[in-house]
Amino acid sequence: MNKQFGNGCKICNSAKNILENNFCPECGTIYACQDVSFDLYKGEILGVVGESGSGKSTMMECLYFDKKVASGEAYISTYKKGETNIFSQSSQQMRFIKNNVLGKVYQSPLQGLRMNLSSIGNVAEKLIAAGHRNVGQMEERGNQLLENVNIPLFRRKEAPKNFSGGMQQKVQIAKALSNNPPILLLDEVTTGLDLSVQANVLDLIKQIQRELGTSMIVVSHDLGVIRMLADRTIVMLNGKIIERGLTDQILEDPQSAYTQQLVYSLL
Amino acid sequence: MNYNFAFFDEGSKREIRRATLKAVAIPGYQVPFASREMPIARGWGTGGIQLTLSLIGRKDILKVIDQGADESVNAVNIKKLIQNTTGVKITENTQEATIIQSRHRIPEVKLADGQILVLQVPIPEPLREVEPSEYKTKRLHAENEYSGVWLMLFEQIMKYRDMSTGADHPVIVNERYVMAPSPIPRFDNNKMKYSESLILLGAGREKKIYAVPPYTEVKSLCFEDYPFKSENFEGKSCKICGSSHVYLDEFIDENTDEKYYQCNDTSYCLMKMNNK
Repeated sequence: MNKQFGNGCKICNSAKNILENNFCPECGTIYACQDVSFDLYKGEILGVVGESGSGKSTMMECLYFDKKVASGEAYISTYKKGETNIFSQSSQQMRFIKNNVLGKVYQSPLQGLRMNLSSIGNVAEKLIAAGHRNVGQMEERGNQLLENVNIPLFRRKEAPKNFSGGMQQKVQIAKALSNNPPILLLDEVTTGLDLSVQANVLDLIKQIQRELGTSMIVVSHDLGVIRMLADRTIVMLNGKIIERGLTDQILEDPQSAYTQQLVYSLL
Repeated sequence: MNYNFAFFDEGSKREIRRATLKAVAIPGYQVPFASREMPIARGWGTGGIQLTLSLIGRKDILKVIDQGADESVNAVNIKKLIQNTTGVKITENTQEATIIQSRHRIPEVKLADGQILVLQVPIPEPLREVEPSEYKTKRLHAENEYSGVWLMLFEQIMKYRDMSTGADHPVIVNERYVMAPSPIPRFDNNKMKYSESLILLGAGREKKIYAVPPYTEVKSLCFEDYPFKSENFEGKSCKICGSSHVYLDEFIDENTDEKYYQCNDTSYCLMKMNNK
């Protein structure tokens, strides 16, 4: 998968080695993701680490069709038998995939929720989008999900704007889970939450993975989160994957200079 | 004053007719058009007037109603403008009219093949309440993505235990486009369904024309367990003509403080009285 912001120029199109980090000094094009490629297995949590601006979130946005990829392919085994490149689908199909196969939790609840609607309405939005038309069933499912993420039932009709950051994040998770999507994208879900709430949310994520067998991609720059959640991890720098492997292996025995620096700054 | 027939120059009329043809060809789709300057302010029925002016010919018979009334200020002024610039015959009789321009009501008398109903629309976009950007709503229509409207109804049910749209209850036309039927009461939504007459909707301020061609499926949005309900006038009837099964206005008698009801459609009420 590739993603660039800008059209590129003769110089940076022909040779990528002149880039300063991921930025072409000649035309100003930013190469946010360059040849990013990975597999995600069923029931697995894949961690993505890297510093700010390394292309983690851009990658996630491309995977959720929030941004268009410059080029690349992605296949989902449960969508059209995994034989169709989802990036080449029509926008209607992309919406179908988004509503039925994927779930995403954004770093900022503002992006993922409608702040003025009720929490249960937010959860129902995804169900409605997937074609549900029965209020009773949607309400039941919404209540069940909100209960799972520990939102008190008497607050379920309240708007998320009245909630704390942690609760908003939980509503987002409930929303993302509403259709039992086989793949969940989590972008910095615990960043900005206090430690006890963080633990709570992480617990929830682990539990979802165990009980539903959901595959997840977890982006974080908190190595603690990655250590706890991820089975495998990729390390990104300047839009490229510079290291990949089992999480323990990467944290205990980092190979590239950047990963070493990253791991040691933690300790 | 010397105006061209039907106020507009021929080029303007043609442009509006072209937009109208496209609207008829794609039921429920909002066709943008170059809304003209009018001698009345936008938002006062200019969409409807432009449609009427572009369609009207010398042999047409025009009826204009404003929330059911033939004699309200708005309706009278629109009739005057059109008659002064065309000289067509004006009527209050629904059956006689060939073009009926209306604000927020569909007449009680069933419209027939050959008649055209022109509705004035303030906000043509059913998704506007959930999505302020026109750029985005256009995409949502293209992608057949209407969860926003459904969500709005869902929220109403969460809050009030039922859908609480007073007027302008969204409909799906021809199983494709979700459309604002203009602020007609829910009572009138069913009259759009397989209507024998052509229904045109014009929004002058928002510069949109859309249509429900004759014999087209029009479904009011509802959930499986919350069916669509129109206003209920069970057991009530018009104080003047005695009609039930029509859309009634509620009044309070100032002397006795008692509630009474009257037909909202004044020409229908008059017709009933004359036939007695």
